[in-house]
Amino acid sequence: MSLADAFTAVFVSLGAFFFFAGWVGLVRFPDALSRLHALSKADNLGLGLVVIGLLPQASWPFGTLKLIALWLVAVLVGGASAQLLAGAIHAQAAETSTGGEPGRGTEAAPGANGNDKATS
Amino acid sequence: MPDVSLPDPHWADLPLGFALLVLALWLTWTQRDRAAVIGFSGYGLLVAIAWVRLGSMDVALTEAALGGGLMGLLLLTAAARLGEETDQPAPGLPARLSIALLCLGVTLVLAAVVLGLPSPAPNLVAPVASHQAVTELGNPVAAVLIAFRAVDTMLESVVLALAVIVLWSFGADRAWGARPRALHLGPPSPALVFLGRLLPPAGLIVGVHLFWTGADHPGGPFQGGAVLAAMAALLWLARLGEPPRVSDGLTRLGIVVGPLLFLLIGLAGAVIADAFLDYPEALTKPLILLIEAAKTLSVAVALALLVAGPPELPGPMPPRQSGRAAKGVTP
Repeated sequence: MSLADAFTAVFVSLGAFFFFAGWVGLVRFPDALSRLHALSKADNLGLGLVVIGLLPQASWPFGTLKLIALWLVAVLVGGASAQLLAGAIHAQAAETSTGGEPGRGTEAAPGANGNDKATS
Repeated sequence: MPDVSLPDPHWADLPLGFALLVLALWLTWTQRDRAAVIGFSGYGLLVAIAWVRLGSMDVALTEAALGGGLMGLLLLTAAARLGEETDQPAPGLPARLSIALLCLGVTLVLAAVVLGLPSPAPNLVAPVASHQAVTELGNPVAAVLIAFRAVDTMLESVVLALAVIVLWSFGADRAWGARPRALHLGPPSPALVFLGRLLPPAGLIVGVHLFWTGADHPGGPFQGGAVLAAMAALLWLARLGEPPRVSDGLTRLGIVVGPLLFLLIGLAGAVIADAFLDYPEALTKPLILLIEAAKTLSVAVALALLVAGPPELPGPMPPRQSGRAAKGVTP
């Protein structure tokens, strides 16, 4: 096994591990937002590691650049669609609860938590 | 890697087939429209992977772009308009039973047809391979679509133009000349606007690349056009642009330029070459590229307009949507 192949095997396996972790999160986490978080994290990291692992196998320069572009597009679209889904979940929560007020409350909560984490 | 024995790649097909079955069952089982539509888009992507595993890259690209992408968007807008009506009574047992029997019948007939195919299926692979060089195209699928069975492809592009006309005729009389508004689903979320700003430049390159590479590799006008149409739909969804008015002359030209050019070159073939839709030998490749370029444009315009819906007057949104929009603004 050449060095490049060993590199590929290690990084693709690492990526596969993150995909597995994302799957565990999807199955085990209690609510939709946490599941979404687990999935998008695992997707971005796992795919990134798989792409890094495949880089030595790709043809230079276009194969390599295509792989990297693929990852960038997946990060962009994955992140944005996770945001959209989260928005839809919030909207649904606001609709099913009695009025608009609780929905707005839950919408504000994640932002506040994020700020706490950032400051602490 | 000679010293490492990898498992048979066919094992990877097992989870794929399992996922297809489970997702299909769940899709028929679930009662929530929006979840079903999102699942259906995912199902389209899984089917695309199945086509990749079967070695049909062209079909896979089409399935991913149309079955997974645009079709999902179409159904999603439909689900959003209908709203999530949960208080409707479930259909009665006779209705459900007859639907189940119908589905079962269709499945059984399909299974019988597929299983009844002769084992080496009759095909024209050998004749195509021996004549492919005439077209100067490296992709046999492209050679069949644009040269050997050009009349099918031409009719197909005419059908797309007709489909847009049919869709537009669903608009109200007084809305004639207005813009399509099916993608106006309340104020867009910031994430969608962000995506709508960043993705289309990349999508434009991918769409044109798919058309250009289709001559020698998997791809082609349909796949490229579908990607371009998706980018237009994304821009309209994010409200970064508006679909053109149905009275817009340039838009109408965009719809017909593909089939029209195809037809004109085909008719010219009857005079300067040997038959209708025959290309003169020296000009085969340039003519094919010209037709495919025009077809890519027409497919993109037609598919985008099909997603955008019939012309509508700017007025009150469907009740559910306006209700949600109002809820969003009240402090």
